[in-house]
Amino acid sequence: MAEFQLPPNSRVRPGKHFPAPAGASNVRRFSIYRYDPDSSENPRLDTYEVDMDSCGPMVLDVLIKIKNEIDPTLTFRRSCREGICGSCAMNIAGGNTLACTQATADLQGDIKIYPLPHMPVVKDLVPDLTNFYAQYASIKPWLQTRTPAPPDQERLQSKEDQEKINTPSACILCACCSTSCPSYWWNSDRYLGPAALLAAYRWLVDSRDEATGERLDELEDPFRIYRCHTIMNCTNACPKDLNPAKAIAETKKMLAARSH
Amino acid sequence: MSLESPLGKFLGHGSARRGTEHWWAQKLTAVALVPLTLWFVITLPGLDIRDLAAARAWIAEPINAIPLLLLVIAGLYHSLLGLQVVVEDYVHGALKVVTLLGLQLLHWALAVAAIYSVIVISVGAA
Repeated sequence: MAEFQLPPNSRVRPGKHFPAPAGASNVRRFSIYRYDPDSSENPRLDTYEVDMDSCGPMVLDVLIKIKNEIDPTLTFRRSCREGICGSCAMNIAGGNTLACTQATADLQGDIKIYPLPHMPVVKDLVPDLTNFYAQYASIKPWLQTRTPAPPDQERLQSKEDQEKINTPSACILCACCSTSCPSYWWNSDRYLGPAALLAAYRWLVDSRDEATGERLDELEDPFRIYRCHTIMNCTNACPKDLNPAKAIAETKKMLAARSH
Repeated sequence: MSLESPLGKFLGHGSARRGTEHWWAQKLTAVALVPLTLWFVITLPGLDIRDLAAARAWIAEPINAIPLLLLVIAGLYHSLLGLQVVVEDYVHGALKVVTLLGLQLLHWALAVAAIYSVIVISVGAA
């Protein structure tokens, strides 16, 4: 059965409290999920009071400030700090998004920060994305053709055809969408999830690709695509404002069209 | 511990190459159920269901028997398709096979019983 309750060793307990420095006037409280695989302890929720007058505006700025000045053991992924690498995806105030593009001013009250939901946790806010990347690899995210490339130029594409892949190819594989999807929570061993399906769609609508039929064959499966029940958490979560739900719906229409 | 690669593990037994028929049938029965359900809830209050003879006479009318049969078929088919998805979503392992088997048998039994009843009443009245 799908598990609706955390196993006893995964239940989150209250953790340490790090009070704000004396004299801080603009204090906000951040409760952050902590898990250390090297200890046998349960995960805990540590609370940090941060002086926002000496901190940048984004949640990632807060995390970096905590790591630099308050608690160097806090572990998280980050790289570009401008919403293009997808490393700092996490669950902030109940929604999956990128810490680097989420302003603290847009969130109310105390802010809870957890790793992406329903993924194995490596440490603190770092999820294990091995299966997520394997799913991406499984859809063969590269150009497949039978016609040899022209000897003297690139494979050309009209402006209109290019526009079809503009948006879906803007995906940064942060996994916010897939890990917000209940179907993905219960069946990620067989369901591709919105991120991989959006990537698949990007190649299905690429006018240069000649493997559309084979790609659809590989997707046509009760679990790989049809676990999507169109609840659209994916589109809601996407920090790049992409629409995986629509891409999946379009793919289902392509599958229906070729058998009728 | 498994040394299988993550990609190999996800690819599993490969694509079943099916699912579209299920998706289409679910949409088809959903569309069919809109007028059929409306007909049923609008028509039913006009019938005194405590009066057996009146109910039998009502079912025996072809104008009622035909949509009733369609409602039973579309409704049970839709229910089977939907519940199958729920089970596939939430139930894993050996229990899934048993549950799916039970669902199929239950729906077939209900469908045959309902269709048989409507036909017997209709034929009996003719």
